[in-house]
Amino acid sequence: MGNPAGLVKAAPWKDPGVRPYVEIEHLTKSFGDFKAVDDVSLRIYKGEIFCLLGPSGCGKTTLLRMLGGFETPTSGRILIDGEDMTGVPPYERPVNMMFQSYALFPHMTVEQNVAFGLKQDRVPKVEIAERVAAMLALVKLDGLARRKPHQLSGGQRQRVALARALVKRPKLLLLDEPLGALDKKLREHTQFELISLQDQLGVTFVVVTHDQEEAMTLAGRIGVMNHGEIVQAGTPTEIYEFPTSRYVADFIGSVNIFEGKLVEDEPEYVRIRSDELGGTIYVSHGISAAPEATVWAAVRPEKIFMSTSAPASADNAAHGVVQDIAYLGDLSIYRVKLDSGKVVRVTRPNTTRHAESITWDQPVFLSWDATSPVVLTT
Amino acid sequence: MNARRSFFVLTALAFGFAFLYLPILSMVVFSFNASKLVTVWDAANSPTLKWYRALLDNEEILGAAWISLKVGVINACGAVILGTLAGFGLARFRRFRGRFTLSAMTTAPLVMPEVITGLSLLLLFVALEQAIGWPAGRGVTTMTIAHMTFSMAYVTVVVQSRLSSFDISLEEAAMDLGAPPVKVFFVITLPIIFPAILAGWLLAFTLSWDDLVISSFTSGPASSTLPMVVFSKVRLGVSPEINVLATLTITVVTTMIVGASLWMARLEKAASGAPET
Ligand SMILES: Nc1ncnc2c1ncn2[C@@H]1O[C@H](COP(=O)(O)OP(=O)(O)OP(=O)(O)O)[C@@H](O)[C@H]1O
Ligand SMILES: [Mg+2]
Repeated sequence: MGNPAGLVKAAPWKDPGVRPYVEIEHLTKSFGDFKAVDDVSLRIYKGEIFCLLGPSGCGKTTLLRMLGGFETPTSGRILIDGEDMTGVPPYERPVNMMFQSYALFPHMTVEQNVAFGLKQDRVPKVEIAERVAAMLALVKLDGLARRKPHQLSGGQRQRVALARALVKRPKLLLLDEPLGALDKKLREHTQFELISLQDQLGVTFVVVTHDQEEAMTLAGRIGVMNHGEIVQAGTPTEIYEFPTSRYVADFIGSVNIFEGKLVEDEPEYVRIRSDELGGTIYVSHGISAAPEATVWAAVRPEKIFMSTSAPASADNAAHGVVQDIAYLGDLSIYRVKLDSGKVVRVTRPNTTRHAESITWDQPVFLSWDATSPVVLTT
Repeated sequence: MNARRSFFVLTALAFGFAFLYLPILSMVVFSFNASKLVTVWDAANSPTLKWYRALLDNEEILGAAWISLKVGVINACGAVILGTLAGFGLARFRRFRGRFTLSAMTTAPLVMPEVITGLSLLLLFVALEQAIGWPAGRGVTTMTIAHMTFSMAYVTVVVQSRLSSFDISLEEAAMDLGAPPVKVFFVITLPIIFPAILAGWLLAFTLSWDDLVISSFTSGPASSTLPMVVFSKVRLGVSPEINVLATLTITVVTTMIVGASLWMARLEKAASGAPET
C-alpha cells in the first residue's frame, strides 16, 4: 500500500529463480465419495497476501485446515519452506491460524490468550510480557488486557485472535474469513489495517474469503475456487480483466456475457457473430479456438459507452431501451433491454451533477472499444 | 380465563410443594420433640435439643456417618476420573472399535436394577477373593468399588453431554499455538468443562451417600453406612434420633447444593466467553 519497496518485490511468481515458500502439490481431500478439495496445486511466495476466494462450500476452509495440519490430505502433499509437512502435527508447524470463529479461550483474559502461544515455546517471562504488550498495542487493545473474551465486542475479539496468531511471529499466517463478523465500515478499515500489519511484519498471509471485494482489496494474488478446484489464480487485475472462464468472469464483479460464433479468426483480431447482441463483436487480439466454435465475449458494465446518438462503427454496437436505473451516488447502474431481448448492465460514473440525462424507457445506443471484450472458450 | 388459570396453577403448585415438603417439615419439627415417642408431641418440654445431644453420643451412628463420608468422597473422586475419561472418549472419538460396547457398558448401570448390580458385584468380589485373595473380605474397599461402577455412569453422561456442545476449534487453536494434545486437555478442555465435572462429583457423592441396596450387598460386618444403620434402626421402631439425623442431613445437603450452585454459576460465567453456552 503506497510502499514503493513493496511494489518492486511485487511479482515473485513470475520469477522462476525464486523458490516458493509454500508448495501445494496435487492436493486432494475426500470425505467419503465427496471431494472437498480436488487436485489443487499452488505456489505461495514469501511475504505475499494470497486470497482463496470462492462460494460457500467450495472447500476453502478444508484447504486451509490441511495447511494448518488439522486435516490429513487424502493424496498430494504440502511443502513449507521446502519441508514436507505430511505427518507433521499442527503444534510443530511453523504456521499459525486465525479461526473462522476466533476460538478465543473463554477462561483466559485477553493477555493470557495472547501469551498462550509464547508460553508453549517456553519464552522467558519478561520477554513474553514485552511481546504481548507490544502486540496488544499494535492491534490497539492496550486498555483491554485484563478483560475476558465475553466482555469484548466482535471487532475487539477479532483483533485478539489476530494478535494471538501474530505474536508467535509465524512465517505463514492462515486467516479463515478474518473479517466475517464485522460490519461494512469496520471491515474496510480493518482490511487496510491488516495490509499494513502484514507489510510491517513481513508475514505470508493466506486469507480465505467469500467476499470478492475483500479479496480484491487484500490480495496480491487471488485463487478462485469452485467445487474444490482452483479455477484461476492471479493478481486482482488479471482475474478481473483477463478471466479465463465464464465462471471467473461472472464470479468477480458483474459482467455481460454474449454467446456467439467465431466468424473471423486472424492472429491480430477476431470477429464474433452474436445473436444475443444482434450484431458482431470485434476483438483486437487473436485467440486460440476452432473456427465456427461457440465462444463467449465478456464485457464489463463500466466499459460500455451509452449514448443517445448512433456510434460510428457497426461492430461492438447495439441498440436498446433503458429498463431500469439504480442511483448509487458515485455511479449509476442502467439495465438496458436490447432489441434481441437480452438485458445488459451498464454503469456510468456520476462525474457531474447534471450529466446528459438518460431516463427510463429511453432508446439508447451501446458501444465499446475493441480492447474491452474478453473472449472465453469455456 | 387468565385469573382462573392462575388460580389453578397456584393450587397445583401449593399441593405439589406440600406433598414434597410437608413430610420433611414435620420431621424437622419432631426432631425438637422431647417425647421418646416420635408420633406424640410433648408440648410441656418441647422444643428441646435433647436428641441432638443424644445423637452426638451415639457411636454407632457417628461411625456409620464417617464410613459413608469416606466411601462417598473416594467414590466421587474415582468416578469423576473414570467418568471424565470415558465421557471424553465417547464424545471425541466418533468411530472406534468397541465404541458401542463402551457406551453400552457405561450407561447400563443407569438402567440396571440395583439388586442385580449389587448381587453380581458381590459374586464377583467373592470369586476374586477365592482366586487371587483380593479384596480380602468385604468392607469399605468393596463398597467403594461397587459405588464407583454405577456413579461413574452418571459422570460419563454429564461429561459427555457437556463435551458435545464444546467448540472443538478451541482445542485446535491451542494445538496450533504449540500445545501438544495432552497439554491441551489439561489447560484448555478441563478448565472449560470443570463446572460439569464438579456437578458430576456432587452427583456421584450424593448417589453414594444415600445408596442402601448395593451397599448392603457389598459391605462387610464392621462397615455399615449411614443408610444401612438408619434402615436397621427404623425396622425396630423410629427413634427421635433418626429425625435429628435426617434434619442435619437435609441442612448439610441444602447448604451444599446452594453453595455449589452459586459456585458453579460463577465458574460457568467465568469459563464461558461464548454467549451461546
Ligand atoms: N468433516 C467433513 N465431513 C464431510 N464433509 C465435509 C467435512 N468438512 C467439510 N465437508 C464438506 O466439504 C465441503 C467444503 O467445506 P469447506 O468448509 O471447506 O467450505 P468453505 O469453502 O470453507 O465454505 P464456507 O465459505 O461456507 O466456509 C462442503 O461441502 C462440506 O460440506
Ligand atoms: Mg469456511
